[in-house]
Amino acid sequence: MIELKDVSKTFTLHNQGSAVIEVISDVSFAVVPGECVALTGASGAGKSTLMRMIYGNYLTQAGEIRIGDLDIVRSEPRDLIKLRRDVLGYVSQFLRVVPRVPTLDVVAEPLRALGVPADEAQNRASALLTQLNIPERLWSLSPTTFSGGEQQRVNIARGFAHTYPAMLLDEPTASLDAANREVVLSLIEDAKARGAAIIGIFHDEAARTRVCDREIDVGRFTPGMAA
Amino acid sequence: MTEYNFAYLDEQTKRMIRRAILKGLAIPGYQVPFASREMPMPYGWGTGGVQVSAAVLTPSDTFKVIDQGADDTTNAVSIRTFFQRTAGVATTTATSDATVIQTRHRIPEEPLHEGQILVYQVPIPEPLRFLEPRESETRKMHSLEEYGLMHVKLYEDISRHGHIATSYAYPVKVEGRYVMDPSPIPKFDNAKLGDMAAIQLFGAGREQRIYALPPYTQVVSLDFEDHPFEASKADHLCGMCGANDSYLDELIIDDLGGRMFVCSDTDYCEARQAAGHKGKDAA
Amino acid sequence: MTPLLSVQGITKRYGAHIGCADVSFDLYPGEVMGIVGESGSGKSTLLNCMAGHLIPDAGQVVFDTRTDGPRDTITMSEPERRMLGRTDWAFVHQHARDGLRMGVSAGGNVGERLMAVGERNYGDIRDKATDWLGRVEIDATRVDDRPTTFSGGMQQRLQIARNLVTGPRLVFMDEPTGGLDVSVQARLLDLLRGLVRDMGLSAIIVTHDLAVVRLLADRLMVMKSGRVVEAGLTDQVLDDPQHAYSQLLVSSVLQV
Repeated sequence: MIELKDVSKTFTLHNQGSAVIEVISDVSFAVVPGECVALTGASGAGKSTLMRMIYGNYLTQAGEIRIGDLDIVRSEPRDLIKLRRDVLGYVSQFLRVVPRVPTLDVVAEPLRALGVPADEAQNRASALLTQLNIPERLWSLSPTTFSGGEQQRVNIARGFAHTYPAMLLDEPTASLDAANREVVLSLIEDAKARGAAIIGIFHDEAARTRVCDREIDVGRFTPGMAA
Repeated sequence: MTEYNFAYLDEQTKRMIRRAILKGLAIPGYQVPFASREMPMPYGWGTGGVQVSAAVLTPSDTFKVIDQGADDTTNAVSIRTFFQRTAGVATTTATSDATVIQTRHRIPEEPLHEGQILVYQVPIPEPLRFLEPRESETRKMHSLEEYGLMHVKLYEDISRHGHIATSYAYPVKVEGRYVMDPSPIPKFDNAKLGDMAAIQLFGAGREQRIYALPPYTQVVSLDFEDHPFEASKADHLCGMCGANDSYLDELIIDDLGGRMFVCSDTDYCEARQAAGHKGKDAA
Repeated sequence: MTPLLSVQGITKRYGAHIGCADVSFDLYPGEVMGIVGESGSGKSTLLNCMAGHLIPDAGQVVFDTRTDGPRDTITMSEPERRMLGRTDWAFVHQHARDGLRMGVSAGGNVGERLMAVGERNYGDIRDKATDWLGRVEIDATRVDDRPTTFSGGMQQRLQIARNLVTGPRLVFMDEPTGGLDVSVQARLLDLLRGLVRDMGLSAIIVTHDLAVVRLLADRLMVMKSGRVVEAGLTDQVLDDPQHAYSQLLVSSVLQV
């Protein structure tokens, strides 16, 4: 479902003497449906960078990244937009939303973008918010005013609203209490069970052991860190 | 007679105006620019109509002038006298006897017949002016038939007054093409504009525009499906001649609020009275 | 799939000065594209060339018309282009007073495009205008008020209603949130996002506000000195800019 072949990434800092920083080189691996793979490595090893490359958020200089049939390194923006809408989900560490939009609509939005009717999308959003213990009195408020943990749960609800065949999870259990952590892990297990291919970053080792089938150490692809 | 050329204007000027009139007749409702001349009367006194009349008058014509329907008001009298002196044409107050009728703000009640010419005095020829002040833009709107704005004006009327409150200078569409301002005639007269046997010429002196309706032209007053055009008039009979089908002026006759309604078309009213018709206020 | 708008080699010069040079891109149905760049970078010139307000010196602006398929709007006749301008296209000006008739009621402003395409039922026109005021969050009781009595944010929302009432497929926006308070901007952005999604609109938004494009645009073009220096997915261009100028632009934004 997700396949990387000889993927490399450099940053060129034009405004700092055109310094070229090599961050990832020659990454190759694949994730099949129903599998969850953890990216590991020390802080700064490039886990988040690699994940952002797979999402198309960072540009990849060399190699191939296939999600389903699409090589996102060479695809047109509109194909990538469609891929993100239909196939590839991403739960980042930060919630970025239009101010003033109610939480319920924030969570329902990915479904609305797919053309799901408003009431159906809101039902699904309500179910997820309930599951993640966001009190109903907060649903009509914008999440911009919520605590860090609440924002993170809203972000997860939004990420799981649509049943994406491929998912990227960046620290989904960080800053959650035990009960909510348990809810998130079961959401991940459900996604695996329905055949989603998942790549995740988990600092929480117990969580990682529980949901991940394999680990890939990103450090060994990072020039200057492997040695 | 006088040392003026026939009908005051020189022959070159009359030719220029006739060319504009012919173009106007060829493109009904289209505003033809012309080089309006200074006339020996102020703008707003009918300088456009006077120039058109001067261009169409021949020595054998019989000339009639009405102002708000009346033959005997200052403006009508002075224009009639002007052409008596400068053209020496016969004049009349009888609508059916006239071959050229210059008018301000009315169409005679008696139906006009073929061979007659009705000349309107026009203050502002551009119907789109009040909503779109740019002349360059209104010209483009006419040429591209973009007339949505005209209905915006009527929309505003209804939203403010509950009905189309425009009661004079009511915009019309000519032959399904040009939107035209019929000059400030009451909308009661709009019904007479279309399918008329006479030639109708419109002259705007200050604005330097001439436009025209040839005989039997289709003229439709703009409206909405659910607010159709109505040619309204005061709901009374003429106090002098008892007519129920003519446009009425309301007169205040004493300090106690006493009113009477009389035909604005003096010739029509007098002819009816002469034929024995009598209204409730007639002596 | 046919692009809704295909821009090819658009160049506009002002004498020796270049307005924009050799700009090409395709916009597909439902896509929102942002154009960013500093003042004088040519983004407004480009927008006006695409919307038919300026005639470019070279290039094509091919629009997929409902009746005849793809047509170059620059060489089509002016009546056809103006017809597009009040049916399938919409243009939202930065200053609402440039896009509104200030002497006409809110209802008349919204109804004008309907009347322009031949609607002649007052009741229907008024109902649609009232419905649209609701959709842009203006109270129905204001339908007969003139925009001069509206706040800046309300005027801008009225302008949007006036533009969208005929169900256009492509909306050009020139700094739609410029000059508005930040809180008013947020409300407008939210409104625009909902309308774009629900109506399946395509839009081209010119702005110098990177936060606006991040929230509204799927794709982004960065312009400098009349040329496109970088283009791509909005979040990719903002988070991993490749060109020196884009990097400078992104790094110049104050963080809050």
